[in-house]
Amino acid sequence: MSRTAATSPAAPPASSPERSRTSHTTTADHRLYGPGLPVDPVEVTGSESIIRSLEALGVTDVFGLPGGAILPTYDPLMDSSTINHVLVRHEQGAGHAAQGYAMVTGQVGVCLATSGPGATNLVTALADAHMDSVPMVAITGQVNASVIGTDAFQEADIVGISAPITKHSFLVTDADTIPQVMAEAFHLASSGRPGPVLVDITKSAQAARTTFSWPPEIGLTGYRPVTRGHAKQVREAAKLIQQARRPVFYLGGGIVKAEASEEFRALAEAAGAPVATTLMARGAFPDSHEQNLGMPGMHGTVAAVAALQRADLLITLGARFDDRVTGALDSFAPDAKVIHADVDPAEISKNRLADVPIVGSLKEIVPELTAAVAEVFEREGRPELESWWRQLDRMRTTYPLGWTEPEDGMTAPQQVIRRIGEAAGPEAVYVAGVGQHQMWASQFIGFERPRQWLNSGGLGTMGYSVPAAMGAQVGQPDRVVWAIDGDGCFQMTNQELATCAINGIPIKVAVINNSSLGMVRQWQTLFYESRYSNTDLNTAMDRHGDQVVPIPDFVKLAEAYGCAGLRCEREEDLDATIAEAMAITDRPVVVDFRVSRDSMVWPMVPAGVSNSDIQVARDLTPDWDEEE
Amino acid sequence: MNVETAERRTLSVLVEDVPGVLSKVSGLFSRRAFNIDSLAVGPSEIAGLSRITVVVRADEVLLEQITKQLNKLINVIKIIELAPETSVQRDHLLIKVRADSPTRLQVTQAVDLFRAKIVDVSVDSLTVEATGAPDKLNALLDVLEPYGIREIVRSGTLAISRGAKSMTDRALKP
Repeated sequence: MSRTAATSPAAPPASSPERSRTSHTTTADHRLYGPGLPVDPVEVTGSESIIRSLEALGVTDVFGLPGGAILPTYDPLMDSSTINHVLVRHEQGAGHAAQGYAMVTGQVGVCLATSGPGATNLVTALADAHMDSVPMVAITGQVNASVIGTDAFQEADIVGISAPITKHSFLVTDADTIPQVMAEAFHLASSGRPGPVLVDITKSAQAARTTFSWPPEIGLTGYRPVTRGHAKQVREAAKLIQQARRPVFYLGGGIVKAEASEEFRALAEAAGAPVATTLMARGAFPDSHEQNLGMPGMHGTVAAVAALQRADLLITLGARFDDRVTGALDSFAPDAKVIHADVDPAEISKNRLADVPIVGSLKEIVPELTAAVAEVFEREGRPELESWWRQLDRMRTTYPLGWTEPEDGMTAPQQVIRRIGEAAGPEAVYVAGVGQHQMWASQFIGFERPRQWLNSGGLGTMGYSVPAAMGAQVGQPDRVVWAIDGDGCFQMTNQELATCAINGIPIKVAVINNSSLGMVRQWQTLFYESRYSNTDLNTAMDRHGDQVVPIPDFVKLAEAYGCAGLRCEREEDLDATIAEAMAITDRPVVVDFRVSRDSMVWPMVPAGVSNSDIQVARDLTPDWDEEE
Repeated sequence: MNVETAERRTLSVLVEDVPGVLSKVSGLFSRRAFNIDSLAVGPSEIAGLSRITVVVRADEVLLEQITKQLNKLINVIKIIELAPETSVQRDHLLIKVRADSPTRLQVTQAVDLFRAKIVDVSVDSLTVEATGAPDKLNALLDVLEPYGIREIVRSGTLAISRGAKSMTDRALKP
């Protein structure tokens, strides 16, 4: 008899007995996404079928930019009474906006672009959504089916290009399949481990006559995401939690995607163990909760890094042992057993072998684990964690997050970000770009609720902030949305300020302007003998640190785009400037916060180094062995 | 893991026969730096489904990761590992070997010993067709090598489980 390497497509393999404990049950839940009111067959064009499908799927907002190969679809889009289309200035902006929309609403974000360059401009956003598991559907026009492969005008093989960076991609050449493909795309994007799905539709299919009816049949024979965690594994996990003396929850973005924050809080409180909230999980568990140690990883808190490093049990929920969290993998959490629960079986034991793997939705696993923990505590007694908490509390007290005041007399960027967070509070949405300001935002804003914090975690996409904030604002029009951006990132995608200003999307952009590519500069300071190769941006000062006429002048740029432009150069003006920005609600605001370029992100675990060698400041490692 | 010394493992992958599926499967191997020894693809007994036989060099941990990653491809229906002892595994080989009058007899004898077939003859060469387990074909190549091999065309390994059961039966059960 053959050895079965896997029992079903979404299930983990059982190729060896000792590694086959990832047990599971599968469901064939192929419910349609959205309201999906039945529609009797009606004669339409392919384009109308696309729009009717989007309406049936409950889509209300689409970000896009038309072009030749998608033109047929833009025509019926004009007549839709339920779909609001936001015309972006660059397709990358549409992609990130769809991500931002999805991240704040939990719904599938939708973007629309033409063939060729329109489609390739979406690539960065698709890759970003793929890394951060963001539910998103990208619809692209494709050249006529008859000329595919001839290097036709604006032809690009976007299905091929996007294959490695999407959950799935479809090429539609037959208009009759449009409702089914659209329904499948939304189902794929939103179920299991969420992700981006691309639907590439030829212009000939858009123009063809076809029949639209709803709901369509869904195929997807090879797609069966696991939702129920295996009960025996859950009990096994609870047993380990009861036996551990140094347990820690290692919480990832999956908890947000699964909408399981409330359930997790109950689990955390039942278990009494400390919680490390990764960059993607900031807000999934309140920062104000005494069990929250903050962010682990390269720029994590000493307490969170130390907790993972010294743990005897990692309770890993919806996280993936990313290198920015683990540091040198072979010395990560050396004494810890690992419980790993994730909806994607391929994440389990990918980087770190799991002792207790649980495949399934955290929405179902977490409450089951809470019940199992309560039961085993009842039977075997509550574990003694006092000594563990004493160690961690000492870390928290001795090594709190903080910063040293810059020596150049300029404002500390950390202070700017902290004050914005305090002024806008946890009901606001914060959307970071990538770099120093992103780390400081994660460190110094108080995150109290899931979907309060958006950033490009896995891919690290500079330029994510402004368009993602735009999408977030469309998804949550009643919330204050702050883009926390850098002067480098901001220059990559700020053309979407025009989109925001014209469409009444009043985002607020804090440009943390240190006149340089700050994170790269920090690495040059630390690892390249302060040789600043190509990191000066001249947005405030020249390479010698002297004030110059900034290029560009962010205030003028904001005004040119129909936004309010403010500048804050002195720390004493900080609160007043933030208040002024908060008071402007009728248009987008851009604030040019001039900050020191010498401020660095601490703590830091240099790349490829063991987390045990975390530095709280330059060349300063915590004293681990101090009396506990 | 040392790829050179890692075990050869045979996976049989049932996929939907849609455009681009082979590129999605092969692309997965290249972008995740999985090593393919051979790959063979063709239709299965069910319309709309193809069967890919892929031989990889992997230890247990890597094989599990390969299988899981393949399973994430939406067009992949089912994957099984076929162990050598519980499956039939065959390569197909065409060899053009030098054979003039002094050596022709020796070459034909070697071909007979391996139950291979001569499918084309010219004045100074023979074309040999052979089917067999990869090791057997390697042995045949070793034997023919001294006569001068001019050309080799070799298929990827094809594999099927022993016994009455079919992979598709189990895969398509709801």
